[in-house]
Amino acid sequence: MADNSTPEQDTELAEPFLGAQNGSLRNATGPYFGDFGGQWMPESLIQAMDELEDTFEKAKADPEFLEEFQRLSREYSNRPSLLTEAERLSEKAGVRIFLKREDLNHTGSHKINNVLGQALLAKKMGKTRLIAETGAGQHGVATATAAAYFGMDCVVYMGEVDTNRQALNVARMQLLGAKVIAVQNGSRTLKDAINEALRDWVANVEDTHYLLGTAAGAHPFPAMVRYFHDAIGTEARQQLLDRTGRLPDAVAACVGGGSNAIGMFHAFLDDESVELYGLEPGGDGIDTDRHAATINLGRPGVLHGARTYLMQDDDGQTIESHSISAGLDYPGVGPEHAYLSDIGRVSYQAVTDTEAMDALRALCESEGIIPAIESAHALAGALRLAEQWKAEDPETARNKIIAVCLSGRGDKDMSTAVEWFGLGKATPSSEVNAANLRSQESGNADAPASETGPADSEEQK
Amino acid sequence: MTTPHQDAGRYSAATKRFPEPNPDSKVSARIRDCRDQGRPALIGYLPVGYPTVDESIRAGIELGRNGADIIELGIPYSDPVMDGPVIQDATTVALSNGFKVDDVFRAAREITDQTDAVVVVMTYWNPVLRKGVDEFARRLAEAGGAGIITPDLVPNEAGEWFEASQAHGLDRIFLAAPSSSVERLDMIAHASSGFVYAVSVMGVTGARSSVSDVAERLVTDIRAAGAENVCVGLGVSRREHLDEIGAYADGVIVGTALVKALGAGGPEAVGRLARELAGRPEQPA
Repeated sequence: MADNSTPEQDTELAEPFLGAQNGSLRNATGPYFGDFGGQWMPESLIQAMDELEDTFEKAKADPEFLEEFQRLSREYSNRPSLLTEAERLSEKAGVRIFLKREDLNHTGSHKINNVLGQALLAKKMGKTRLIAETGAGQHGVATATAAAYFGMDCVVYMGEVDTNRQALNVARMQLLGAKVIAVQNGSRTLKDAINEALRDWVANVEDTHYLLGTAAGAHPFPAMVRYFHDAIGTEARQQLLDRTGRLPDAVAACVGGGSNAIGMFHAFLDDESVELYGLEPGGDGIDTDRHAATINLGRPGVLHGARTYLMQDDDGQTIESHSISAGLDYPGVGPEHAYLSDIGRVSYQAVTDTEAMDALRALCESEGIIPAIESAHALAGALRLAEQWKAEDPETARNKIIAVCLSGRGDKDMSTAVEWFGLGKATPSSEVNAANLRSQESGNADAPASETGPADSEEQK
Repeated sequence: MTTPHQDAGRYSAATKRFPEPNPDSKVSARIRDCRDQGRPALIGYLPVGYPTVDESIRAGIELGRNGADIIELGIPYSDPVMDGPVIQDATTVALSNGFKVDDVFRAAREITDQTDAVVVVMTYWNPVLRKGVDEFARRLAEAGGAGIITPDLVPNEAGEWFEASQAHGLDRIFLAAPSSSVERLDMIAHASSGFVYAVSVMGVTGARSSVSDVAERLVTDIRAAGAENVCVGLGVSRREHLDEIGAYADGVIVGTALVKALGAGGPEAVGRLARELAGRPEQPA
């Protein structure tokens, strides 16, 4: 999809489209990002979209709103999030890897940033009910959290397939007082949850705000969700400058709808020396028909209110996507990503389920951090890039820096990990001699993570 | 690649330049005839391919021969956000039975040939985009179709459709909602041809026991904005609704009730319901 034009040309081209200033790719306001974006919505929802846009535009210029948003980010979500240098992983990878720790936010992922921003807007609009879609459950949990915090009603739509693979998050949402609906239409995953949430919104738009969780959908959602996640990249950029004295060589983030990625990338868009990598869910591999690598293999079309790359057949019917990660299992992608791919500013690559799970295990064992499977896609992309750099020149590679957005923590993915790696059964004491245990285990203490799993990878293929 | 948002084309909502209403509109002509007869047009919806393509065509023919003035042929779509459970279930069946977008052109041809109903297509926009807007319009016109109802395409994004509809003499039937502002109603009235589709309740498709009186005010407002014809849909299931809505609207749209009838009793049941809705006497057995 990417063309060969240089960043300089691209930013010049971008100006008339984005209303951006001085050749900057930042601050694109929508509704269009090049040929992508727009407001392909039922008339019944246009008034609500207009009201939302108007409220958002005013809020951005309102110091009181901004102070409230920043105060909540600080005192409730735990911002700024940490930047951790993954030293043992860096040692193995042969490059310097830094992790932007969105997993340490309240509720366990970056999702809380956007949720608090939109919940504040909903309050401003006098809405008393929040609805949301969720894939992995992280956005649903964050929305349920905000609803509890602000005293609002909350309904979360979740594909039935996802309620099964992310049962822990269903329970969390319920504990937070939200009603969780298991959507039984279509592929029973994220896209169908969005369909159902839109149906709810059409019927209840007067008192209800649809708190969309990703930087996709109709205007103003892509630009607005990005705005509320802007802190991810802004903080990371400053933290990297403070710690290393320079900008990173590359930034990597996973892309389903693309909210953590757009938040992470945005601060770096105008830094021409920084390579940006969006990692898409490659499922069983993009040479199979079981993946969700929308930018790599999709074609332009309209879904959920935006013109963007879609996985669709020759009739324009959406093709069901597949990924081990429920949070990335979406057949569309945010329109700004489609645009950044077309102008060649961001390189979007696919990561298979197996690569992601290998990276997940590597991080667990080398850093003591259990990442979400979504975030493990970003990590796998970073490790792949490290391999390339090492192959080119190991000495130069050693000083190169990759910043990875660790968008969420992996607690919710334990049942998937248990199945994939064959975990969960402790060793009975009768099978070992406790006195000799240390000498028994030292034999494989240095075994690389990727060789220890996955337990059932052959079946998965 | 086309750039639908740019004002390069002759027509755009941003510049408030819309094509002239189609002078040969079969839809407008039929609604005029109905008005002359002192009744609202009866507009019936059926999804093509439910339960099979052939049976849906038979149902369309039954519908056309038993009182429907205009038939909306729905294109089953994988992500029907404006549809309630009955139509969702029907279109899911159609897709799993192998429905292809091309089947719509055959259905339009056969129903147009075998009834005197005017056939329009109702579709979410992505299947049209995928086929190519001009290509879709050309083939629909060739098949005898008269226009397209676009539930998820607003005039603001319809640049390509303005061009294609004018090139092929098709009507552009946009929706108006109770939440639409005066400015938007003005735009919708001027962007549409044939009729404006007034959404009578906020919500998705599905039969309701009463049609909200919001509809009457909406119809009045759309007319005041300059629309030639206004038809009311979403929630109509009984003959009483037709009398009630017909008192202020130019046409009454029935969808879910017909789909239910088709599911329960096949094409013949569609014919029976059409007769009842049209106020025609029962056919002797």
